[in-house]
Amino acid sequence: MADEITPQPVDELTTDLLARFPGAVQPAPAPWQGLIVTRDRLVEVAIHLRDALGYRYLSSVTGVDYPAATDGLPPRFEAVYHFYRPTGGPLVLHVHADRADPTIPSLTPVFPSAGFQEREAWDLMGIRFDGHPDLRRILLWEGFDGHPLRKDYHEAYYEEDKKPFESRFPDGHPVRAEERVPLGNNLRYPPGWSPREWRPVADVWGYAPHDEVAQQKSPTHPADRLVLNMGPHHPSTHGVLRLLVTVEGETIQKIEPVMGFLHRCHDKIGERNTWLANMPYTDRLDYVCSMTNNLAYAVAMEKLLSVEVPERAEYIRVIMSEFTRFMNHTVSIGFTGNDVGIYFTAMLYALEERERILDLFEMVSGSRMMCNYMRFGGVAHDMTDQALTLARQLAFERLPRFVDKLDDFLTDNEIFRARTVGVGVLPADVAVAYGCTGPLLRASGVPYDIRRAEPYSIYDQFDFDVVTGENGDVYDRYLVRIGEMRQSLRILQQALDRLPGGPVISSKPKATLKAPAGESYGRIECPKGELGFYLVSDGGTNPYRYHVRSPSFVNLAVMDTMCRGHLIADVVMILASIDITLGEVDR
Amino acid sequence: MPRKRQLPEIPPDLVGTVHVTPIDQIYNWARKRSLWPIFFGLACCAIEMVATAAARFDLSRFGMEIMRASPRQADLMMITGTVTKKMAPQVVRIYNQMPQPKYVLAMGACAISGGPFKEGYNVVSGVDKLIPVDVYIPGCPPRPEALLHGILTIHARMEHESLRTMRWYRKGEADEGVPVPELGPDLVDWRLIEKIEALQPQPTATE
Repeated sequence: MADEITPQPVDELTTDLLARFPGAVQPAPAPWQGLIVTRDRLVEVAIHLRDALGYRYLSSVTGVDYPAATDGLPPRFEAVYHFYRPTGGPLVLHVHADRADPTIPSLTPVFPSAGFQEREAWDLMGIRFDGHPDLRRILLWEGFDGHPLRKDYHEAYYEEDKKPFESRFPDGHPVRAEERVPLGNNLRYPPGWSPREWRPVADVWGYAPHDEVAQQKSPTHPADRLVLNMGPHHPSTHGVLRLLVTVEGETIQKIEPVMGFLHRCHDKIGERNTWLANMPYTDRLDYVCSMTNNLAYAVAMEKLLSVEVPERAEYIRVIMSEFTRFMNHTVSIGFTGNDVGIYFTAMLYALEERERILDLFEMVSGSRMMCNYMRFGGVAHDMTDQALTLARQLAFERLPRFVDKLDDFLTDNEIFRARTVGVGVLPADVAVAYGCTGPLLRASGVPYDIRRAEPYSIYDQFDFDVVTGENGDVYDRYLVRIGEMRQSLRILQQALDRLPGGPVISSKPKATLKAPAGESYGRIECPKGELGFYLVSDGGTNPYRYHVRSPSFVNLAVMDTMCRGHLIADVVMILASIDITLGEVDR
Repeated sequence: MPRKRQLPEIPPDLVGTVHVTPIDQIYNWARKRSLWPIFFGLACCAIEMVATAAARFDLSRFGMEIMRASPRQADLMMITGTVTKKMAPQVVRIYNQMPQPKYVLAMGACAISGGPFKEGYNVVSGVDKLIPVDVYIPGCPPRPEALLHGILTIHARMEHESLRTMRWYRKGEADEGVPVPELGPDLVDWRLIEKIEALQPQPTATE
């Protein structure tokens, strides 16, 4: 994302935009940030932001439902866009749409990174994006009844809008949700719906776009085209991802990730929970690195609450995040090994180290995987001496040896190189346009790391390099991961040497705290890329809107670009090199 | 166990070389020591399942180090994670494709009841709403030790099965499988069709 445009303060930028688009752009009223743009000029404003002002990176697109008038604004659906440039904070655009007919022009032709996120907003919120090339449901399925993130959508087990529910323990006895609903199950059908007369939607599994491609005959290749399904149960999809592949012979013509098989309704449940009760849920987003998920949510909340974090807590956060990054990259390389054909050999080495790091996490948080360790304004527990000893031993002795060993085994391995060099090349401009982040983006040669570009926590105090690749292929992504593991160790060694004393949390955590009305977008560089939490508060004890911008989900959009022309066996390599976790893709 | 029977006597020169045992015992012993799990990860618990298979916990001590990707070659299905409605047809289909005898292990809170995500509109309230489950392992996620304990519980259960009473060896009891649910306005479970229709005269009741 290197460009020559000098950053200007956002105030000047606002004035500039106001002058350039009179009547179409206005500053958002007090608790909200950024600008409100009218629907008809949105695409023009976005093009101006991208081409003239250097906001080439559309990070997050989401929708918010306001069924009642608030702050002098009418009842509306709102699409919220977060733009970034390499240096400088976010530019937030709000676009309002009528509640009766929510239509907003699509930004996908201008910013391809909006593609999946707009589909998600259509699926869950029911905002129709005009001009989107492929506006289908993405997490749920065609034919699903309703748009669940709307405030008036109530699921089968609906009790109240806010937790804790009053009815949970009448007379001190728990009530099972199944006992309250007539079907005894989490099912809800539209009134008058009869299963005997019902016919499924013709293309409920989404084959139609592929059938079109499959029917074109190749002039050069006599083989027929064939539509293949990989997954959702497939050993190399790292979970329940489904890949719809059109092949000619064994060459990929079109590939489309189909997700939602692990859609656990994070956003909807998050809006019911109290602010703090969402913390353990964030663990289960990207279940390989729960610590960084905690951190991202804590960072977003601290922006909203304006809480200071004690220095020792910041150091512990950095230590835990870097151990998480190390662990994630080891496991990722181990899984890549599985897919390249060294079945479980690399994995055994990787999991060995993972166990050591999990021991440390268990010491500090009490749980191996789902740490639930960060709090707003600090961390839950201090690191004990025992934990510090283990952390020092890992960071200074064991893990550096392990990286060297992994490097020795794989980097110059002839077979590994034959399978990875030149496979799945992702050009830098495509990576930026599709909003890729993390090792995937850096391997394409773009030195964009949020720890450096917009330092959160205390990352500005550490000495580390942003590792980049050159060719953007699977091999470079592997090299970037190895390099980042070394950099993580560098940060860890500095942090452990300089760890100050003092408290680890600014105030006693309250179970029901109230956040001031407003919005905040907290983002961190999690091991897989940019993890962002978009939170809207109406001043209550629960989030009004809780949205997760997950790197795995957005990064998946480049699958098609990277896989075309390669073989089926390469698809699993390319997928492994993106490094996705399905809990985070589907949320 | 079946009633106690008199075992044949072993000639003195063969004592120590030949052992006599009921067929059930030797059959079950062989079976339980060669369970073939299906490599079927749904969510977070799958990572713990992989950790259980790795060096520290070493699943191969129990004769099950090879996880098969194909349900046709597996006899143990570990439901490792949240079963969503979108995934439900596939879960049932995979279960139906496994040959008998087959066992199902529900690992973690989500597979047992929906867990922390129970209220979600896309979450099945426990995999036992779809397919029969043999062993439940609580936890979110259960530790690898708990998973090992669950597997040993299945072993113990297998030990007590008798060839004569196992339903899959009876004549004329072909396995029909579980009807595969479909994706409609919500998950359409064909076994609930009467219940759904009974509700329709008062459509507000489903709201």
